[in-house]
Amino acid sequence: MREAPLLEVKDLGVTLNTSRGPAQAVRGVSFALRRGETLGLVGESGCGKSVTALALMGLLPESAVISGSVRLDGAELVGLPDAAYCKLRGNRISMIFQEPMTALNPMHTIGHQVAEPLLRHTGVSAAQARQEAIALLDRVGLPDAAKRVDAYPHQFSGGQRQRITIAMALACQPDVLIADEPTTALDVTIQGQILDLIAGLVAEHGMSMILISHDLGVIAENVDRMMVMYGGTVVESGATDAVFTRMGHPYTQGLFRARPRLGARKGTRLKTIAGTVPELADLPAGCTFADRCAIVEARCRAALPAVVDVGGSHGVRCIRTDVSMAAGGVGA
Amino acid sequence: MSVFFLRRILTLVATLVVASLIIFLVLDALPGNAAQMLMGADASPDAVRALTVKLGLDQPLMVRYLLWLKGMAVGDLGNSYVYGTPVAGLIAERLVLTIPLAIMSMLITVVLALAAGIYTAANHNKLGDVGVMSLTQIGIALPNFWFAILLILLFSVKLQLLSAGGFAGWDDGIWPGIRSLLLPSISLAVVQAAILARVTRSAVLEVLREDFVRTARAKGLGKHEVLWRHVLRNAMIPVMTVMGLQFANLLAGTIVIENVFYLPGLGRLIFQSIANRDLIVVRNCVMLLAAMVVIVNFVVDVLYAFIDPRIKVANL
Repeated sequence: MREAPLLEVKDLGVTLNTSRGPAQAVRGVSFALRRGETLGLVGESGCGKSVTALALMGLLPESAVISGSVRLDGAELVGLPDAAYCKLRGNRISMIFQEPMTALNPMHTIGHQVAEPLLRHTGVSAAQARQEAIALLDRVGLPDAAKRVDAYPHQFSGGQRQRITIAMALACQPDVLIADEPTTALDVTIQGQILDLIAGLVAEHGMSMILISHDLGVIAENVDRMMVMYGGTVVESGATDAVFTRMGHPYTQGLFRARPRLGARKGTRLKTIAGTVPELADLPAGCTFADRCAIVEARCRAALPAVVDVGGSHGVRCIRTDVSMAAGGVGA
Repeated sequence: MSVFFLRRILTLVATLVVASLIIFLVLDALPGNAAQMLMGADASPDAVRALTVKLGLDQPLMVRYLLWLKGMAVGDLGNSYVYGTPVAGLIAERLVLTIPLAIMSMLITVVLALAAGIYTAANHNKLGDVGVMSLTQIGIALPNFWFAILLILLFSVKLQLLSAGGFAGWDDGIWPGIRSLLLPSISLAVVQAAILARVTRSAVLEVLREDFVRTARAKGLGKHEVLWRHVLRNAMIPVMTVMGLQFANLLAGTIVIENVFYLPGLGRLIFQSIANRDLIVVRNCVMLLAAMVVIVNFVVDVLYAFIDPRIKVANL
């Protein structure tokens, strides 16, 4: 690694206080993100990807216990007082959320909401912020931005609202953008447009991005590197090409086989991964995927497997990569 | 916007017409003849009949109802059976006390309730929250007449700051009137504030769980900024609904406190008229209260539309 990473996460752990006791939602997550680099986070719901994102934003509930280290440009973020964190959020590190229908305040005009981070973080006047908001809304492809700047969120469609939240997140040109399932709630026809818009803006401003999705297709097309999460741990990580060429973890392989495919013969059953996602409040001591894994052995359950480098900084958290990767990987 | 108002006003008028019909029919169905009541059991049948005609009670039901409506339209509510003076004047005399009293208690209620509700929601599950919420629990359990007596003991008997009862009127300027309504309005406000504080707290807590609160935090707003700029306005709808109900209640339901403080308010007028079978006064007072409740609700509905931009286009 030549330059110092922009965002460096080391051994991040998050314990949430749930009604069923403490739940280890995230453990041992480490990665480094360089300026301009894009990273994908993929996994099923409840695997810890959103919790990881909220931990980076410092937006977890106060009862959450965070361990490890998150450094932005070398400055530690874990344990940072809220007032100091507020200066970073929306300014140097921004987030786009999954639900555009509820992510905007129904009582405020969109212009006001897009201008808010500018007023908060830059010294602009209200009039300048408004002009800037119109320019941003125009840039994210909202039709008639100048005329509609005083409209309310309910007067827009889901796709338009997501464009508005993107304008909001990018208002202060952050260094890091976290997009948490930005297209999951949208119509399929719009998903591609929104992803292209995000990718274009990220490239334009030289931002780093963390894209969270449960959709391998979205990850494959939009990020340089990817991490697969399962049961709160990263089970596989590496360059997107490398991971898709040689999937090392049985879970990644299962996830890939389970994707629906066009042109499959009628009546072909969609492949699934047998079993269910483990309860975070009650995680096994060993590999979190052990109960659903086809090639599980007794030693898999003994302790959480270490990450094995299978070449080219492609890491797999599995002790049976000799078997899983020899079998032809994907096996599709 | 205009469609919204038109629909609301039509509903308002229709509600009032239905209310007037029900009030008229129910009071008419009461057993006993008002003329007989007025003249006593020993009066001669001829004299009772003559009074019946004089009061217009011999006319058919429909005619009497329409005459009443017409009277209300021109401001002539008829004369009290008991006092013989115009009902409109009797009611007006009482309203100069009841309306300021209701407004004063509502103001105290709102200030106390919003402060307590917002404070407890912002400090959810912390010591301050538990403490203030316990106080509101006590507030709800307090009978307001008992609390009123405690206030009299403290401020009138011990400290001798305020008078223990009676109404100074507005002839000597505004302050004597307000002073004489201070203790009654505080007694009325305390219980209501306790209820409204709990409503405010739960409304704010509910909004705090919304996605847009997280979005606002993600923009870099601090917790207090989010509360004031994003949460409160969204939480106001349920709070205003309860405020409207409470205000309507203050106009009619203050008879106990009026008795504790010897205040000649609307509640006492209704109570006395019922006891005297002065049905014409009862009917007009009840109609006035119904109208005030309907109008308060109308105002609350209109305020919703000002607060929430979504309501203007919604089908209300």
